Amino acid sequence: MSEGQSDDSIAAYEERIEALEAKLRALEENVAASAEQAGHGFDWKMWGERYGLLIAWGVMILILGSVKPDQMFAWNSYATMLGSNAMVVVLTLALMIPLTSGDFDLSVASVMGLSSMLLAVLNVKMGMPIGGAVVIVLLVGAVVGLINAFFILYFGVHSLIVTLGTGYFINGLILWVSDSATIAGVSMGLVNAVILTRLFGIPIGFYYALALTLIIWYVFQHTSLGRRLLFVGRGREVARLSGVNVDRVRAGALMASGTIAAFAGVLYTGMRGAADPSSALAFLLPAFAAAFLGSTAIYPGKFNALGAFVAVFFLSTGIMGLNFLGVDSFVQNLFYGGGLVIAVSISQLIRGRRPMD
Amino acid sequence: MVQRAAHGDALVIRHLSKRFGGAVALDDVSLTVRRGEVHGLLGSNGSGKSTLIKVLAGFHTPEPGAEISLYGEKLHLPISGVDARAKGLAFVHQHLGLIPSLSVAENFFMGSLSTGHNWAINWRAAHRNARRIFESFGLALAPEAPVASLSAVQQALLAIVRAYEDIRIATKDHADRPGVLVLDEPTPFLPRAGVEQLFGLVRQCTDQGASVIFVSHDVDEVREITDRATVLRDGHLIDTVVTADTGTEAFVERIIGRSMERYAGAGKQRKAGAPAVMIRDLAAPGLGPVSFEIGRGEILGLTGLIGSGFDNIPALLYGARGGTSGYMEVADFDADLKHLSPEIALSRGIAYLPADRLGEAGIGSLPVGDNVAMPVYHTLRGALGLTDRSIQRHAARLGGEAGVKPNVPAMPLSALSGGNAQKALMAKWLQTDPSLLLLDEPTQGVDVGARQQIWDALDRTAAAGTPILVGSTDYEQLAQLCHRVLIFSRGQIVAELSGSGLTKDKIAERCYRSMPQAV
Repeated sequence: MSEGQSDDSIAAYEERIEALEAKLRALEENVAASAEQAGHGFDWKMWGERYGLLIAWGVMILILGSVKPDQMFAWNSYATMLGSNAMVVVLTLALMIPLTSGDFDLSVASVMGLSSMLLAVLNVKMGMPIGGAVVIVLLVGAVVGLINAFFILYFGVHSLIVTLGTGYFINGLILWVSDSATIAGVSMGLVNAVILTRLFGIPIGFYYALALTLIIWYVFQHTSLGRRLLFVGRGREVARLSGVNVDRVRAGALMASGTIAAFAGVLYTGMRGAADPSSALAFLLPAFAAAFLGSTAIYPGKFNALGAFVAVFFLSTGIMGLNFLGVDSFVQNLFYGGGLVIAVSISQLIRGRRPMD
Repeated sequence: MVQRAAHGDALVIRHLSKRFGGAVALDDVSLTVRRGEVHGLLGSNGSGKSTLIKVLAGFHTPEPGAEISLYGEKLHLPISGVDARAKGLAFVHQHLGLIPSLSVAENFFMGSLSTGHNWAINWRAAHRNARRIFESFGLALAPEAPVASLSAVQQALLAIVRAYEDIRIATKDHADRPGVLVLDEPTPFLPRAGVEQLFGLVRQCTDQGASVIFVSHDVDEVREITDRATVLRDGHLIDTVVTADTGTEAFVERIIGRSMERYAGAGKQRKAGAPAVMIRDLAAPGLGPVSFEIGRGEILGLTGLIGSGFDNIPALLYGARGGTSGYMEVADFDADLKHLSPEIALSRGIAYLPADRLGEAGIGSLPVGDNVAMPVYHTLRGALGLTDRSIQRHAARLGGEAGVKPNVPAMPLSALSGGNAQKALMAKWLQTDPSLLLLDEPTQGVDVGARQQIWDALDRTAAAGTPILVGSTDYEQLAQLCHRVLIFSRGQIVAELSGSGLTKDKIAERCYRSMPQAV
């Protein structure tokens, strides 16, 4: 009986070896093929991956437009949508930076809420000029990032836990400084500078978000700083042994995240001329969904600013269309929540098949 | 060699063979472990000794025809772990199988906790019980202490006592079966005093009638502790000898084999002149203090058995590990190793290529181009900043020179074969024209062709004056590549080989002996 078993196991071994050899051959052919493709010829698959989200966006507009052409094909709808999502773009960019260097920052939406409220308190209640208040608020965002970095790097606590805690702590601070009330009457200067001034019918806040997107795209793609950020996120030990000061890079990413999230809060207050203690928190999930969905587009397989920009408007176009169809507001949650899980699954698929762009 | 399975024998193995595909790992091995004896099992890497242990532990199914019996009772093959334990066979592997964050007592009773159902554990009684057992072995271990707080020696002793107790409990109904304890290389990471303590414990076990199989690389240790010893080479049982009648030379000869094809060393002559690198009083856990020098254009090899301490040296000289002390002089740079970091080392032109190719040396998910260009990003900036095009053009040029195939910088590093990835990563550092190149197992998992290309590249680099340090356990590589090789044992340099004295066999011979001796 043991003889039979061993024969079986030899056969099984041989089968496995043959299968492995076949795999190896396939792999070699694959490598040769991709080598050829890289040299010349048009790679349709890669093109499809890069621009798939843009195409899906267009298709979605056409489908929704075929049902509600008056609203879906009106420039005004888009001008409003682009303007009112500026702070979502900015918040997504904030989140994307530590994600690239390998840390989660769950406190971004809280920082956005804090900066929004703090700006109103300083400007309305304490009578500080709006310019000075904005500078202070941005500094506070950077300090929150520094505090996150301290706990993550000095104590070695996982970023998920630290930022979950600091985020919740900040929510408490917001309620404290605002007495849990909405503060209205923020300087018209800010409202003018964010939403009332329009270019091609689109509120100027959108162009701030666009400019920031381009800046971060440039830093990620065309500076050694951006490449180092990616190195740290993908292989901390490799980066360290290649002479990168990993802790400094991670701390810098978290501080940038805090500062940019605070800027999102400035836009948010400017857009409404007021600040309330809780609504900003609802933007955490849309930002995550957009960051991950964005990582499947333009430069598939890595978090990138252009992809995130497209993703924000892909998601908000979908929600706008569903609103036009008269669907209840709970659809937002379905759309963003489902979008996040699907986006992460797709990006995993891309990574599994082809680890990089 | 026909032996009758006497009733007095503890473990009898007959006609044990094991093949993996076409490769023969064990070829008709027969050996007997007597009651109350310490039986050594010796052999180099690939000799088949780990396969033998894995068959006993039930990881491998032996080829048909093998017979293994314990105290006269035939074991069903493949051996089931539960069955073997119940019959009195226990293992202590090199990694000990302890959970550092749990207490000594929790670890000690792990066997009964993980298999039995006990709804009312009385920890006070358990601690008392553990303390009594430790005392009976003369061990001062606190049952409440977390295992992480114990020294390496105490952890090893705990693992051995635990295995021995497991045997005792399993065989308590059979007074005639004191059990067989397999110690699979327990000593390499222990200091000399700890090894003596461990041997004392082994003797206590055998005094009570148990048998011990002691697996080791180290001839001196085997000569000290074992009664008899079996030497394996290339899957064959070479000899089973009575230890007291066998000298060190005779053991080494059996392990490395005189019939083996002799690889002549390259016989490279060491260049004269002032040393380019001086290392003084280098010390770290398990190492040193040691001092040595590397000449201009010299390739210096470091080797020794596992645990001898040499393997960390390339990383230590790069400031990549904590807990280092000592001084290094490279060119006009005086480094206090206590404060050295990779960032500083790199700024002084020191380059380090770790052995762990996709864990420490390169990032598999990023393109070859980025991996290669990383140290020289600042030189690749154009008017628009860094572009994929400039990175890839640079990497393609380097890859072409280094013979990377396929030479496509946009491909992820993980898509390259081991040899080609290593050529690319080597090129990453060679382009910086380092003042000192530190290498850890530079051709591990690299095919023969790529290996030669990497050696050639290193020869050219050394010829241009760069001092190179190579840590490796590949004796053939060291003999071919190096001008000089230092051999380590227990954290100290015990021998230096160079010129015509630098051959694969000589290196092996010196490595298998743990005691320093006059050359």
